[in-house]
Amino acid sequence: MRLSEHRYNSITSIAGPLLFLHGVVDARIGEVVVVEAPDGKRIDGEVLEINGDTVLIEVFGETQGLDIERTSVVLTDSVKRAALSKEIVGRVFNGSFKPIDGLPMFFPDKWSPVTGSPLNPSARAKPEEFIETGTSVIDGLNSLVKGQKLPIFSCPGLPSKEMVASVLKNASLVGSDHSGKKREFVIVFAALGLTFNEYNFYMSLIEGIKTEYVAFVNLADEPVMERLLAPRFALSVAEYLAFDQKMDVLVIITDMTNYCDALREVSTARRELPGRRGYPGYMYSDLASLYERAGRIRGMEGSVTMLPVVTMPEDDITHPIPDLSGYITEGQIVLSRELHQNGISPPVDVLPSLSRLMQRGIGKEHTRDDHREISNLLYKNYAKGRDLRKLEAIVGREGMPEKDRLMLDFADTFEKEFVNQGTERRSIFETLDIGLNLLSKFSLK
Amino acid sequence: MGKITGISGPAVSVDLKGLRLFERVFVGHAMLAGEVVRIEEDRTVIQVYEDTRGLAVGEPVERTGSPFAVRLGPGLLSKIFDGLQRPLQRLREETGPFIRHGKELHALDTSHQWRFRPLKKQGDEVRPGDIIGYVEEEHHKHYIFCLRDTVEKLSWISDKELTLEQPVAKLEDGNEIFGYHDWPVRVPRPYKKKYSPSKPLITGQRCVDFLFTIAKGGTAIMPGGFGTGKTILEQSIAKFADVDIVVYVGCGERGNEMAELIEEFEELKDPWTNRKLMERTILVVNTSNMPVAAREASIYTAVSMAEYYRDMGYNVLLLADSISRWAEALREISSSLEEMPGEEGYPTYMASRLSAFLERSGVVETVSGRTGSLSMVLSVSPPGGDLTEPVTQSCLRTTGAFLMLDTSLAHRRHFPAINWFQSYSLYGKETMEYYKKEVSRDWEEVQLKCREILNKEEALKEVAEIVGIEGLQDMDRLLMHVAEKIRLEFLSQNAYTDDAFSPPDRTLSDVKKILEYYERATEELKNGVSLDQILSDKKS
Repeated sequence: MRLSEHRYNSITSIAGPLLFLHGVVDARIGEVVVVEAPDGKRIDGEVLEINGDTVLIEVFGETQGLDIERTSVVLTDSVKRAALSKEIVGRVFNGSFKPIDGLPMFFPDKWSPVTGSPLNPSARAKPEEFIETGTSVIDGLNSLVKGQKLPIFSCPGLPSKEMVASVLKNASLVGSDHSGKKREFVIVFAALGLTFNEYNFYMSLIEGIKTEYVAFVNLADEPVMERLLAPRFALSVAEYLAFDQKMDVLVIITDMTNYCDALREVSTARRELPGRRGYPGYMYSDLASLYERAGRIRGMEGSVTMLPVVTMPEDDITHPIPDLSGYITEGQIVLSRELHQNGISPPVDVLPSLSRLMQRGIGKEHTRDDHREISNLLYKNYAKGRDLRKLEAIVGREGMPEKDRLMLDFADTFEKEFVNQGTERRSIFETLDIGLNLLSKFSLK
Repeated sequence: MGKITGISGPAVSVDLKGLRLFERVFVGHAMLAGEVVRIEEDRTVIQVYEDTRGLAVGEPVERTGSPFAVRLGPGLLSKIFDGLQRPLQRLREETGPFIRHGKELHALDTSHQWRFRPLKKQGDEVRPGDIIGYVEEEHHKHYIFCLRDTVEKLSWISDKELTLEQPVAKLEDGNEIFGYHDWPVRVPRPYKKKYSPSKPLITGQRCVDFLFTIAKGGTAIMPGGFGTGKTILEQSIAKFADVDIVVYVGCGERGNEMAELIEEFEELKDPWTNRKLMERTILVVNTSNMPVAAREASIYTAVSMAEYYRDMGYNVLLLADSISRWAEALREISSSLEEMPGEEGYPTYMASRLSAFLERSGVVETVSGRTGSLSMVLSVSPPGGDLTEPVTQSCLRTTGAFLMLDTSLAHRRHFPAINWFQSYSLYGKETMEYYKKEVSRDWEEVQLKCREILNKEEALKEVAEIVGIEGLQDMDRLLMHVAEKIRLEFLSQNAYTDDAFSPPDRTLSDVKKILEYYERATEELKNGVSLDQILSDKKS
């Protein structure tokens, strides 16, 4: 432990966001530093690597204007921590955790390292409390439960925003408490690399729904390093609100693709070995350090549920970003361009979509005892219908037996009546009834 | 004592002289566990198993003089450990739900009283590796070995309750024998002789047992993209396999899934003994957000514990989900050590380490003369579902069974999504004799018929895509109908219902029923009954 802060003027080189500093005593890995530019501007940074008395520093802000002669670096002897307090609810911050809503910073009750600590797997409670999102394809076929991380895999130009909006507007976590006691519900929103328009859309939405929220905002023209920090601050806050303040927290992170691109950019600047498509080899572990912070703890109230948005580059689900995400998250909701063009809203492609935790969250105690059966039948028959569409394209509808034509009609009707719901909110019972009606209409039950 | 001179991710350079390769060291004030990975003239590089955040240059480094080892003794069953064998349940009681680093806990509970029952008496000669007695651990006889290098006589042996800190026996040369010992994880435990696997490992999964048998002492991999049901299949096998001990490694996977598994195993019963599943299980859990170096170590920790129970003469099954995460951990470490990368950035020694690991399986005559087996079933998570990637390909060179999980089957909710054309098992011939003898003489014949139908269906599908199903001959349409029945009613199995476990005799009778139906229907068709009538008849 150093007694005073250390100031150094011994920068030996600057490249992009990286500084080499010479002659440093007892630096700490991950230590927060403050870089003072010749014009008096102060930028945060972090110790990335130490080799003897040479230290590699990564700067979180714009490095324009830094020089070797007059720029100085202050080492603070502490790692990056998040300030936490109940006061945080209702506030908006940038990616460096500075308030941007015009109000002063609050007084923290607690400080916690931004990277968090891994949750002991034996302390986790198995997620099984159903969350009604009001959207049929999610509730009926890919149910979301408390403590789950369920990303939305979208493509450029598809209405992922609207999808998130409808979940935010319609989701009811409070109603699902068995004990009947109302729990507090809060949204933690992390905007990563969004355009101003997108940001504006989300903020007016969040302000409009009268739910408590905390927002961390890093827009498209703001520093990429902050894009890596913002979700970590957001999740530290989410964990605090969930496990210290006993709230149910829904974390929305959009867009993870911008996050991963920032990770790649920074990794390249650090001259690390690139992996698939230039993304660093540790991207899986890095993404896991975010996604895995969702969950519930045995014997504790509160939960962190995560709904990240991933835009698949080139509509390709095997691209490293959706691919690695899918390996970590507990399922995915996949949007389809084809359905969108056919006017289906939300355009969710049911076949590749999946909720891994659904089985425990549905059925008699959670939703309705015929939920599992309805969902399986709808899925199976729709899959059959979709298979037949390929055949139809070759042999034509006329060349198909009556039974197969019926399945084709079923698939069409399923998309139009079950998947398609516009802005309407459907309760889980309404969703199941629509499914049931469909099945009996085609005598598939 | 030495000092830290440099830090880069999990790789820490120290100025300590005289360290040995793979020696275990403690790093920094927080006493983070680490392992020596490289020795140079003026520095030694240590791979730290935990998050190095906050570690400072100049902090002390302490050596232990021995390599990273697991503690083996009674009290492993029904417990959950992390990749470094820290007991997670006890860690949680001591430090709360989140894992803070640097906490060293004895892997085994040293306060527990075990009733020791001797199998040797005072004055008996004991050879190296001999069993001298046992304690009861979760309804299993947990044998205690004598691990001296020379033949000695027992001067005293206990027959009372004792804790692990008390000796169970004394030798005439003055040494004491304790109920536990440490074993370096990267060294395979010795055995007298290895045999080729010949008995099937019954998994209760129809598709596996009937078409792609895994052998006791054999190895199997199941690669598949995300959402193909790797984890569910691994867990189903862990639940229903006919083995004595199961070691399950959650290697770099999801925490919530492990929570489910833990709760389920505490409730469910082993179908073979009707005891709680947890009583035969050891869980090693290093989820994706826990440190990567510990993830790399986790499979070695697990396999050493598995070998230990094998040495007692048990049939042990090691399941790892997923080995790709292990390989990725190796890659991350290798890259932080600035080693030359091989294919896809994996270090070139990945393949040889993987084969060496897989070769720790097998049926063996143990040092004490018993027969035990260690089987392995590993899942593989190929990026983008592309099986040409290095991890899958390296595994294929050494594994005996290949269960390919197919995304298109999974999208049709056909689970387990094992592709019956691409998958294979090299144990088919050897295990066939067992099935013929123990289940039914016609096992092989029925299997051939079943395969034939599935193969024909595939050929017919292509034709049907051109001419339409109506354009096929009635015989062929019947075959396609039967193949569909085999797929839907036999090969797919719901892991959430009673159907999750199917013993071999039921497996055979299930498929026979379908084949008998096929014979009857063929007969009817020949006798002039119309196909539509046959198909609609059987629907009702």
